[in-house]
Amino acid sequence: MRTKAFVMLCSTALLASACGGGGPKSDAAGGGLSDGKVVFGVLNDQSGAYSQLSGKNSIKAVELAIADYKEKYGDKAVVKEFGVETADHQNKPDVANAKAAELYDRKAVDVILDVPTSSAALKVADVAKEKKKLYFNISAATTDLTGKSCNKYTFHYAYDTYMLANGTGRNTTEEGKKNWYIVYPDYAFGQDMEKSFSAAVEAAGGKIVGRDAAPFPNTSGDFSTYLLKAPTLNPKPDVLGTMQAGAELVALVKQYNEFKLRDKGVGLAVGLMFLTDIHSLTPAALAGTTYTDAWYWNHDLTNRAFADRFKTAAGVRPTFAHAANYSAALQYLEAVQAAGTDGSDAVVKQLEGKTVEDVFLRNGKIRAEDHRVVHDAYLAQVKTPAEVTEEWDYVKILRTVPAADAFRTPSPDCKL
Amino acid sequence: MVNFLQHTFNGLVGGAFLALLALGLAVIFGMLRVVNFAHGAIYMLGAFGAYVLLTEVGLSFWWALLVMPIALALFGMALERLLVARLARLDPLYNFLLTFGLTLILQDAVKSRYGVQSSPYDAPAILSGTLDLGAFDFPAYRVFVLVMAVAVCVGVWWLLSRTRVGMVVRAATERPELSTALGIDVGRWVTPVFGFGIGLAGLAGVLAAPIRAVNPLMGADLIIVVFAVVVIGGLGSIFGSVAAGFAIGLVQAWVQALGEDWALLSQVLVFLVMAGVLLWRPAGLFGREEAPA
Repeated sequence: MRTKAFVMLCSTALLASACGGGGPKSDAAGGGLSDGKVVFGVLNDQSGAYSQLSGKNSIKAVELAIADYKEKYGDKAVVKEFGVETADHQNKPDVANAKAAELYDRKAVDVILDVPTSSAALKVADVAKEKKKLYFNISAATTDLTGKSCNKYTFHYAYDTYMLANGTGRNTTEEGKKNWYIVYPDYAFGQDMEKSFSAAVEAAGGKIVGRDAAPFPNTSGDFSTYLLKAPTLNPKPDVLGTMQAGAELVALVKQYNEFKLRDKGVGLAVGLMFLTDIHSLTPAALAGTTYTDAWYWNHDLTNRAFADRFKTAAGVRPTFAHAANYSAALQYLEAVQAAGTDGSDAVVKQLEGKTVEDVFLRNGKIRAEDHRVVHDAYLAQVKTPAEVTEEWDYVKILRTVPAADAFRTPSPDCKL
Repeated sequence: MVNFLQHTFNGLVGGAFLALLALGLAVIFGMLRVVNFAHGAIYMLGAFGAYVLLTEVGLSFWWALLVMPIALALFGMALERLLVARLARLDPLYNFLLTFGLTLILQDAVKSRYGVQSSPYDAPAILSGTLDLGAFDFPAYRVFVLVMAVAVCVGVWWLLSRTRVGMVVRAATERPELSTALGIDVGRWVTPVFGFGIGLAGLAGVLAAPIRAVNPLMGADLIIVVFAVVVIGGLGSIFGSVAAGFAIGLVQAWVQALGEDWALLSQVLVFLVMAGVLLWRPAGLFGREEAPA
């Protein structure tokens, strides 16, 4: 009897944890078009793994953009009234889907911003297409947003897996670290990253000597098997490429240091890293690691000035996602200003093919073919603790990857 | 061969965490019939506590190793007195729901204070190097974890099988009504045993802090695997939970080492084993099948 009760309870436990709560469903009630008013919808993760790298602070970034627009145009501004709505999609595609519909329909949102987590980002692209409303994706990585899932109303702003692989994979290989061992989390993002990195490394004359798919989520938080394996591979890899993100990246780097792989001649390359990850691990744990950054707050005085304003508003230094949210909101308002209306088709027309310079977009261009926003990217290296003189200033920029090289050419899969 | 030995040893270290957590769960379930879902959150509190002690009080890892399990054991005892005991007479599902709710509260409380990003925590300097184990060298800290876990498991076994307290606990676990009828005050031991199980989870958390990501959700995923381990080992079986913990750690390490083609298997392995064991021996490997009531 006891046995059965226990087994039953445990099964309940497994079930309870396996099923996430279903998202709230919204009825598509008509909100009407917002005459004379522009409403932004910041849809992102506000409580989970990605809430630090964008989250609520992205709302602050959008507010800064609104303030700048007001100041620039004053009485001549087409938009006089503004609104900022926000929702937490909890990184779940079904929740993102429902919240996006709710924002567009009920909260009269004209443009949705941010949306980390690739699977959720793709759902929102479908909603934008259906509702014929604008959507700037900032923090999701999948190239499908400008590939087979692209559409007329969706723009992909900050980065993607191709940009990361092309920067880090190619450069590290060209530096002479030819043999790679790739460890990636076994889900859409990780698989996409692994493909992009393998292609970039091989194109640069390197070789993938081993690859492993780590469980996702990695329940034990342990990557030691792969770290033990790395130096025993034949030929021995020069570099371990990790595609893990967030907390899993933190665990992997901790264990990389514990197993002394650097001393054994296996370097570390990180697929995707945010400033907040370096803050978690401390620069000491990552010193010397190179990665590709879409923007860095202390790169030049323009960035720094923005970072100072952001810090006053939010209390921390901005990640590239924060800066990109600012830029997207600003460029949307500029397009509305030029079009004289917030009608979606007129705004899209203004945006397509436009070249842009702002704090985030350097040599920026909004491609008409696939709505990829291309701009300069940066090859960054984490400083040693001795080089860090200011909190949050953890990185030095090794070189700029020019906008023309940083992103892939428009994909034939994309038909707007 | 050296590779095989390395992965085997590493599997034992991974198993050590599972064994410590499963042991606590088994002790608590045996005595109280409570499936403590909050075990993962307590593990997280252990790790976070070590971080807070270091950054806000300035106490080192060694102090945390001593202080956190005791503090959490006291917290567990208070929890048992104030909440768990009130639901003890009802269907076990009530206490399961209570501890599930506690998990959410504890996680969100830590989240609201420290955020979701991982907090930095390093191994003590003396253990940050590698040890030469003859055929290969291995991070010293991991060797220490394994030694600690084995020592604790042996200690618990000694306590249960060789002391009077242990005898009472075993009697109360196996036949609570009969033990009471024989004049043993079972109720007296319920609170300390609950606290002890919680303390073990806290200990596992402190041990995990230097090598895993310290964040509010670190226990949430792990607890699912620990439940599976307890089911495999056999309900309430102290020996079974420890043996299954080490065994699952070993097998997982071996399968992961096989390479990319086996990645899918390594993810579902523990649940496959659980399903297999349940079909073959519904009471788990070391559980005792009881006569139907």
